[in-house]
Amino acid sequence: MSDSTLASERLAVEASDPDAELLARVRGGDEQAFLTLVERYGPVMLRLAMTYVRSRAVAEEVVQDTWIGILRSLPRFEGRSSLRTWMLRILANRARTRAVKEARCVPFSALAAEGDDEPGVAAERFQGPDGQYPGGWTAFPTDWDTLPEQRLLARETLEHVDAAIRGLPARQQEVIVLRDLEGWSAEEVCEALELTQANQRVLLHRARSRVRQSLEHYLEPA
Amino acid sequence: MRCQELVELVSDYFDGALEEPQRARFEAHLAVCPGCVTYLEQMRTAMRPVHDVQALEHRPEVVVLLEAFRDWRSAQPHAC
Repeated sequence: MSDSTLASERLAVEASDPDAELLARVRGGDEQAFLTLVERYGPVMLRLAMTYVRSRAVAEEVVQDTWIGILRSLPRFEGRSSLRTWMLRILANRARTRAVKEARCVPFSALAAEGDDEPGVAAERFQGPDGQYPGGWTAFPTDWDTLPEQRLLARETLEHVDAAIRGLPARQQEVIVLRDLEGWSAEEVCEALELTQANQRVLLHRARSRVRQSLEHYLEPA
Repeated sequence: MRCQELVELVSDYFDGALEEPQRARFEAHLAVCPGCVTYLEQMRTAMRPVHDVQALEHRPEVVVLLEAFRDWRSAQPHAC
């Protein structure tokens, strides 16, 4: 009785997993399916690994080890989370371990609090208590739609956004990459990175605010 | 709600994570503040997915992984 309940729950999770079909093929020994998985998640894994270890060569090793670890653990994967959150969790654990070993990185515990107390927009952009509208804009932000369209879409602009993301503290970077670049849900990100909903929201807010700020400096040089 | 408070809530607003009555106050402010409407648009632009140029161009070395996969497959009891 309870077995069949468990089985139907597992089926429900697997049905909502975007990689369910691929997973079944990998389990059946389909080489092409495994390569598809590597192509689909290799880049984001490398990117996340680099938020921990900073050196591309070491990050590549971590990713490689992670794939081997994934294969080894695959028979025990029960589908309680989506395949990709499960894989990313394995990657994050390995990258953390490696970062501690290399001691190239700020200790993980210190990263969690990075930048948590800074405002999304600098305080001097708002009127003080003596202003006409305390807490209101001193000058409205510029409407970027008035900029030439090709400037917003230019490769340099996109590269600037990319560089801004790479310059974020590690934890903010992980969250914004998964949410806004990879399009993951908040729930998946919490699960993969072992964050609370509240932490995920704060990290994402800080990250998005900083990227906007950096884009503003780029598009509107003083 | 003041502009300075609103800018701290934009990300949550986009995520549908604002609860009432905060969401209503957020939208009431937007209705009367063109500066914050512009700010929201800037945030949307900043959140637009960008291609990870380097990562896309980077083709992972898959030969080792493919070998690992074949080893793994041959060790599986049911795979052919």
